Amino acid sequence: MQLSREALLRAYRQMKLIREFEERLHVEIMTGEIAGFTHLYSGQEAVAVGVCEHLTADDKIISTHRGHGHCLAKGVEVKGMMKEIWGSREGTCKGKGGSMHIASEEHGMLGANGIVGAGAPIAVGAAIAAKLNGKGGVSITFSGDGACNQGTTFEAMNFAVVTKAPCIFIFENNHYSEHTGYEYAVGTSGDIASRAEAFGMKVWRGDGTDFMSVYDTMRDVLEYVRAGHGPASVEFDTERFFGHFEGDPQRYRADGELDRIRAERDCLRKFRDSVTGAGLLSHTELDSLDAEILDLIQSAVDDARAAERPTAEDVLTDVYISY
Amino acid sequence: MEKKMYRTAILETLAAEMERDPNVVLLGEDIVGGMGTPGGPEAIGGIWKTTEGLFGRFGADRVIDTPISESAIIGAAAGLALSGKRPVAELMFADFVGVCMDQIWNQIAKFRYMFGGKSRCPVVIRMAYGAGRNASAQHSQSVHQMLTGMPGLKVVMPTTPADAKGLLAQAIRDDDPVIFLEHKTLYATKGNVPDGEYLVPFGHARLTRAGTDVTLVSFGLMLGYCEQAADLLAAEGIGCDVIDLRTTSPLDEEAILDSVEVTGRLVVVDEAPPRCNIATDIISLVCAKAFVALKAPPVAVTPPHTPVPFARELEAAYLPSPEKIAAAARKTLSWK
Ligand SMILES: Cc1ncc(C[n+]2csc(CCOP(=O)(O)OP(=O)(O)O)c2C)c(N)n1
Ligand SMILES: [Mg+2]
Repeated sequence: MQLSREALLRAYRQMKLIREFEERLHVEIMTGEIAGFTHLYSGQEAVAVGVCEHLTADDKIISTHRGHGHCLAKGVEVKGMMKEIWGSREGTCKGKGGSMHIASEEHGMLGANGIVGAGAPIAVGAAIAAKLNGKGGVSITFSGDGACNQGTTFEAMNFAVVTKAPCIFIFENNHYSEHTGYEYAVGTSGDIASRAEAFGMKVWRGDGTDFMSVYDTMRDVLEYVRAGHGPASVEFDTERFFGHFEGDPQRYRADGELDRIRAERDCLRKFRDSVTGAGLLSHTELDSLDAEILDLIQSAVDDARAAERPTAEDVLTDVYISY
Repeated sequence: MEKKMYRTAILETLAAEMERDPNVVLLGEDIVGGMGTPGGPEAIGGIWKTTEGLFGRFGADRVIDTPISESAIIGAAAGLALSGKRPVAELMFADFVGVCMDQIWNQIAKFRYMFGGKSRCPVVIRMAYGAGRNASAQHSQSVHQMLTGMPGLKVVMPTTPADAKGLLAQAIRDDDPVIFLEHKTLYATKGNVPDGEYLVPFGHARLTRAGTDVTLVSFGLMLGYCEQAADLLAAEGIGCDVIDLRTTSPLDEEAILDSVEVTGRLVVVDEAPPRCNIATDIISLVCAKAFVALKAPPVAVTPPHTPVPFARELEAAYLPSPEKIAAAARKTLSWK
């Protein structure tokens, strides 16, 4: 189904926003200003956006340690996120969580999560709640090729099947869990979807570097799950353009791999080529969106730098007792 | 004797123990690093660099790179141990005990007793713990207070590279399950490490300096803070006994009580949250067993009762500091 111009522009804008957010962080982290561990989502944007463009505020998502893309795609505010990553008290989570723990209840974003595999069972609970609410909401858990090996993921899949919960298990296979290859760690010869299928779910597979592939697949998946057939699962094949975390020397990659995936598997480049090639959008309009986003990122960084720092008193808030 | 990093002491001890005993087997996530990738095994070699090169030396059967499956890692370690092996399992971050707690608590810790002494479970579970790197709530925790409370487990927390060596060798040879806690901010610290065979028995604390005014008790990152506090206090003419516990289970009660008999003043510093931790435990011990020697109420220095926060300012405010420790010591001296 052909998307409207507005929908295409929006999709591009969302993907580009995530890309530039992450590319900028990659540069900023080198300066040492940002504390902690940061895991960047560059390369995987088409998955987050291709999924979240279908969702409403009634739908919930839960994310991973690599959560910036999922948050932005679900509508969490750019500036608040940047401030959070900078550790400001004006950040989305007051500087208490940081990059790995951004959450926003109002956006149906149940949180990025530092524990690999923790998201799937939580998503099942959210799906059961959606079913109880009866408004057709769904719950989506994003997991990696590493997280699919966690027992929690298996338990959650079976639980969702037996309760017919409107839960969607998205597996983003970026071929690596930290420094380990998926073909080593995923015993079904690297095939994740077949596992979900074995749990009794309907499964789909898609190219996670192609927005249209993700978007079209998700239309079918959501139609199926919203119709009350129970859970479903999708494996998207994708790429991570940076290291596992910032500072990873990435010696596990093949020579030239990063150049190759940037040249051949870049969702933004593919999107631009396809929409301009088909005459749906022009380079000029995309270029002006690019410029607008770069400005937004610049002002988010400027704001984050200038934002108020937390104080010792802030340590004792948001907890039931202070001793 | 040579100066070595804490992480090097661990790596070399693992290698020496594997050399000595063919039953020693390692397992953990990314401990080989690069399995199934174009770069191949050992392309990276473990995120803490404590297992680097061991796969090449001892092979895939004894250095097992696992999927992300903590319950299965710790459960498999139990099975290996029940079958005569001496597994050393690694949890990349101590926080992940949350994922495999049943295998630690209901299984490994209980076998020997529950089976009436008919089984042994010589598992070592190594894990990187502690705050100080702004790794936030799920990658910064101190889990020792929880594990120290579990009968059946021994809990070891080396502070120096020498103790990392001596306590790890002891842990691997011990017939009971041992939790081996490595503070993540200590990996790059250096100290003299004895050559050759070196074992540090459990339950023997280390007096790192002697003084007669106040007893400071701690372990891990906080021990260094106690040393700094003792320096601050020394400049004011206050002398401290500084005790590095080395193991929280078994606990060297005697070293603590002997010191308090002399000083009459006690400050215990624990990186764990304030309730039911090592500080409360030791203070209750001293109140019960050295009440008459006390000249002032003992003081616990701990973080507040909150998860570990992310931002630099918040984490710094959360953690005990040399200044807070020195202030606690002064409080015991000014008490009337
Ligand atoms: C329970 C748990 N085990 C291990 C880790 C350490 N860890 C963080 S991310 C990661 C790899 C995850 O790989 P994958 O699921 O493929 O996600 P990706 O990083 O590729 O997005 C590991 C092992 C963790 N955070 N939590
Ligand atoms: Mg992955």
